[in-house]
Amino acid sequence: MTEKKSVRGQYGETLALLGEKYKDIVVLDADLSGSTKTKVFAKKFPDRFFNMGVSEQDMIGTAAGLAAAGKIPFASTFAIFATGRAWEPIRQSIAYSKLNVKIVASHGGITVGEDGGSHQSIEDIALMRVLPNMTVIVPADATEMHKVLETVVAHKGPVYVRSSRIEFPVLYDDAYTFTIGKGDVLREGTDATIVACGFMVSQALAAGDLLAQRGIRPRIINMSTIKPVDAALLVEAARETGGIVTVEEHSIIGGLGSAVAEVVSEECHVPVKRIGVQDRFGISGKPNELLECFGLTPGDIERAVLEVLDKKE
Amino acid sequence: MADSNDSKTCVSMECSREEALQRLPEEARQIRIEILKMLHQSSSGHTGGSLSATDLLTTLFFTELRHRAEDPGWEGRDRFVLSKGHAAPLYYAVLCRFGYIHADELCSLRKVNCMLQGHPDSKSTPGVEISTGSLGQGLSIANGMALGLRLNENNARTYVLMGDGEVQEGMIWEAAMTAAHYKIDNLCAMLDRNGLQIDGTVEEVMNIEPLADKWKAFGWHVINIDGHRFEQILDAFKTAKEVKGKPTIIIAKTIKGKGVSIFENKVKYHGIAPNDQELEQALKELGHKKL
Ligand SMILES: Cc1ncc(C[n+]2csc(CCOP(=O)(O)OP(=O)(O)O)c2C)c(N)n1
Repeated sequence: MTEKKSVRGQYGETLALLGEKYKDIVVLDADLSGSTKTKVFAKKFPDRFFNMGVSEQDMIGTAAGLAAAGKIPFASTFAIFATGRAWEPIRQSIAYSKLNVKIVASHGGITVGEDGGSHQSIEDIALMRVLPNMTVIVPADATEMHKVLETVVAHKGPVYVRSSRIEFPVLYDDAYTFTIGKGDVLREGTDATIVACGFMVSQALAAGDLLAQRGIRPRIINMSTIKPVDAALLVEAARETGGIVTVEEHSIIGGLGSAVAEVVSEECHVPVKRIGVQDRFGISGKPNELLECFGLTPGDIERAVLEVLDKKE
Repeated sequence: MADSNDSKTCVSMECSREEALQRLPEEARQIRIEILKMLHQSSSGHTGGSLSATDLLTTLFFTELRHRAEDPGWEGRDRFVLSKGHAAPLYYAVLCRFGYIHADELCSLRKVNCMLQGHPDSKSTPGVEISTGSLGQGLSIANGMALGLRLNENNARTYVLMGDGEVQEGMIWEAAMTAAHYKIDNLCAMLDRNGLQIDGTVEEVMNIEPLADKWKAFGWHVINIDGHRFEQILDAFKTAKEVKGKPTIIIAKTIKGKGVSIFENKVKYHGIAPNDQELEQALKELGHKKL
């Protein structure tokens, strides 16, 4: 079995590590520090940790103020509360002012599971992507989360990083380098391209295995930076493979699929099929059951690739 | 107080205060047992905050709320909003007791494609007035319902249950202003003052005291009670109905996890369901013989 590791767990570990090197890092949470893992930082640097209680808007506003005072704030809670509840303060006080705030949210997508639709964020990528000045990143495993954090802490400006409740298979080793705005081709191929982010990168790789049994070799791209999206890599993939399937644990409206479709429709027309949550809310259930229920399994991705291949011809 | 004396109006338990006081402890005990069995079945969900508010909600549904299980959308019903939506197991156990939900459904809590969502969802569960789960929004909703009822000259009342961590949300205080400004006296808010939230005690995470003074300063009539003493709960509801020209809040001092010693006052059991052993011990303490 592939090794699995918690991406939010990695956030806690890396943040505590970075806290030593960057004395200006301060961390805020809204009564979910055990779940987001900021508690690890809080234990190590109690003076640089602010639990704001259940008040996400206040947390975001305070983070903006801390950034204005020269600090590097990391603000964390569940994705839906971070980006949804506090959206307008993020827009006005962070993005508009281009302040150096890192919003790192856990519990993105439907694999939140049993808590149900109220807690499953399927809109956060769209909500953050639409904001000028905002960088949006969805790491595909714990290693990438570590690299992303090392990168964004040194990058000036607002960043949104999404992680999940479940553990992800480990895809990368320490040799991997992450660059903001660069997608990573995990598997070469010319029949079609699968572009994925987050946990769905693993699902895409599994779909690649299924397709290989049919003699079909898709190119598989981990598009961890959704904004700014790697347009050059997408155009190249469109030209060389002639069809694209996007895969995300998010609404098909406004997220990775939309970002890819925007580039492809303007730069290089090829058939695009978006796999994601189909304009509906989540429901309670076990993460694996929900992936099936919402059509996010390797088999679903395989079918989408076959559909795109049909359209190509 | 203009009671609609429609013959079918169902104040759930048509009995005297004495009879109510006799029956409520047993009803609450049964509700607690159902909550724990439900949570154990799903291996997921919120134990502490369901048990702390059990006595409040049991009393509300049995003695106070006018409602009809056979007609959940009945115009004349009093409205109830579970603002602290994570106490869904409590809500479901109460709704089941009145027949809104079939007992067989209880074991489907949090399971895929089932009726009982992790947090209350009005689309899937009869009797759930409105979907909740994101904290801090219920008081505004209750204000809107109460204002709507008033405009419609409907004398039904609106009740809302909030958590003490929940009132850290700014929206609660915006709604607190609204309720006083519009003199929403067909509204009764309840605050489950169990003193704990997720990351620790309310006091250490984000202090909310002086709580009663805050609500008073916002123009509310405040009633402080012990949220596990049924006579105090009954009296508070009675007073709330009599207060005119301002909204009323019942601040109920409670114990998170009330009724089961291993859960009582333990931060850890906010969002953890009982395992086999814990269920066994819990049921024993609640005097329930077999699983
Ligand atoms: C807007 C929002 N932020 C965060 C959460 C996550 N959450 C669920 S319960 C809870 C703590 C609530 O504490 P309290 O209101 O005291 O509930 P109780 O102790 O009565 O269960 C939090 C932060 C949420 N559901 N909604």
